[in-house]
Amino acid sequence: MTTMLLGDRAIDVDAEGFLQKPEQWDRSLGEAIAAAAGVVMTDRAWAVVTFMRDAYLNTGTAPTIRTLGKDSGVQIKELYQLFPKGPAKLAAKIGGIPKPRGCI
Amino acid sequence: MHKSTYTHMKSVVILGAGTAGTIMANRLFRLYRAEVAAGTMRITVVDLDDTHVYQPGLLFIPFGVYQPADVVRPRRRQLTKGVRYVQSAIRSLDADANTVRLANGERLPYDACIIATGTAIAPEETEGLLGAEWHKSIFDFYTVDGATALAKALESWPGGKLVINVVEMPIKCPVAPLEFAFLADAFFTKRGMRDKVEITYATPLDGAFTKPACTRRLTHLLKGKRINLVTEFNAGSVDNEGKRLLSWDDREVPFDLLVTIPSHKGAAFIADTPGLGNDMNFVLTDPHTLQAQLKPNLFAIGDATNVPQSKAGSVAHFEAEILTENVRRFLAGEPLDPGYDGHANCFIETGFDQALLIDFNYEVEPLPGKFPLPGIGPMTLLAESRLNHLGKMAFRWVYWNVLLPGRDIPGVGPQFSMRGKQQDTAAVSAACTEFA
Repeated sequence: MTTMLLGDRAIDVDAEGFLQKPEQWDRSLGEAIAAAAGVVMTDRAWAVVTFMRDAYLNTGTAPTIRTLGKDSGVQIKELYQLFPKGPAKLAAKIGGIPKPRGCI
Repeated sequence: MHKSTYTHMKSVVILGAGTAGTIMANRLFRLYRAEVAAGTMRITVVDLDDTHVYQPGLLFIPFGVYQPADVVRPRRRQLTKGVRYVQSAIRSLDADANTVRLANGERLPYDACIIATGTAIAPEETEGLLGAEWHKSIFDFYTVDGATALAKALESWPGGKLVINVVEMPIKCPVAPLEFAFLADAFFTKRGMRDKVEITYATPLDGAFTKPACTRRLTHLLKGKRINLVTEFNAGSVDNEGKRLLSWDDREVPFDLLVTIPSHKGAAFIADTPGLGNDMNFVLTDPHTLQAQLKPNLFAIGDATNVPQSKAGSVAHFEAEILTENVRRFLAGEPLDPGYDGHANCFIETGFDQALLIDFNYEVEPLPGKFPLPGIGPMTLLAESRLNHLGKMAFRWVYWNVLLPGRDIPGVGPQFSMRGKQQDTAAVSAACTEFA
């Protein structure tokens, strides 16, 4: 775990920049992470990130891309348009929750 | 009032008679032989049919090395006498009533139920995969039918673009698609037509495999064999007419022959029991005790679980030792042993009678070294050798005669060991990789 400095705030992140303490997150931090990843935060994008974050805070695990496509109100195709290459991964990073784990 | 002399007949129900279910039934029978004989314990196993497939053998069918008859035996005969076998589909699991209901009408009440129903491919999850080209120019090799149809197709294939695609994780035996690519390279080379074949490996992962050291080694092998690697490719649909594989983010991979590893799902009844499984019907399972999250008298093992480890026979085998003890403890009212550490090992066929061997767990990625005896081997870890290949081919005998009967393999314990492994590269890695 390393610490990332954002303005005067110290944020705990993993090697890939995923927050380790969701409580250190706020919307402006989400905006900053999105900008760094080249993601434009439209209302639709925020809807996905909010769904992702709430699901993690409520259940302890991040939803998969399959669940996002079914339950977030945004279809899989659009998810890939909003978050190129890795929707679940990017939405988790922007939403300030640890990296979702899919297993081999 | 006198004390009741009534003794409760205990019932253990095992759902599934594949690798995990069969090992569990045979191990539990050995543990409870006396109780079964005395009529105080019953062990019942349920499965849909009487065909037990030696799944590691499926990889060799497309290349004519094995015929279907080489990999199939009756399920019933792999179970020790004294274990009751019921051939029926499972209608439902009523966790509140501690009862399994079967399609044949039978009800099986249980004191402990072990879910070992594995996983199966779900090509219907991907648009167009089951279209007009299915089993014409699109094949799977994870079923006996698919592997056999692919063997026929390869026999007379004139060459062109061969694409191997993993649709999404998790899949059974995550190295099998890579092995298929390696064996295809060898197959076409031996036929003198390698120059007529372009092999592409398209994966949703960001590398050839998920563990860093292993990925470096496998990427090197792919390059050496002139196999194209396309990463972070999340297949969304198949254009049958145009013979193109399309990703969700609008990339495309054209093919003349597509070997697909479709999405994998757990058994359907798991979806119908609220709280039992995840959105792919894998049972929510404690990764160390193998107890299901839903209820203390439910357990899961092998491919049926959601534990963060490869869906592989070796995992089922190592889990079975821990789970046998935990079922015993549960029935005796003792606390469970959180003893499963994610130990897995796999041979990786690389073609031309060579193979790699990898040994890893939840925390430690595959490392170079010797196995099972430190410094001696005879197997070499994370490097190609002919002996590893011979080990893989000999494993079929071991599977039917040692593994399924639930005997221990000498020198190979259920827990992972760092002995014999070169630790200088031992970057401890999480056993998981990210979803797309």
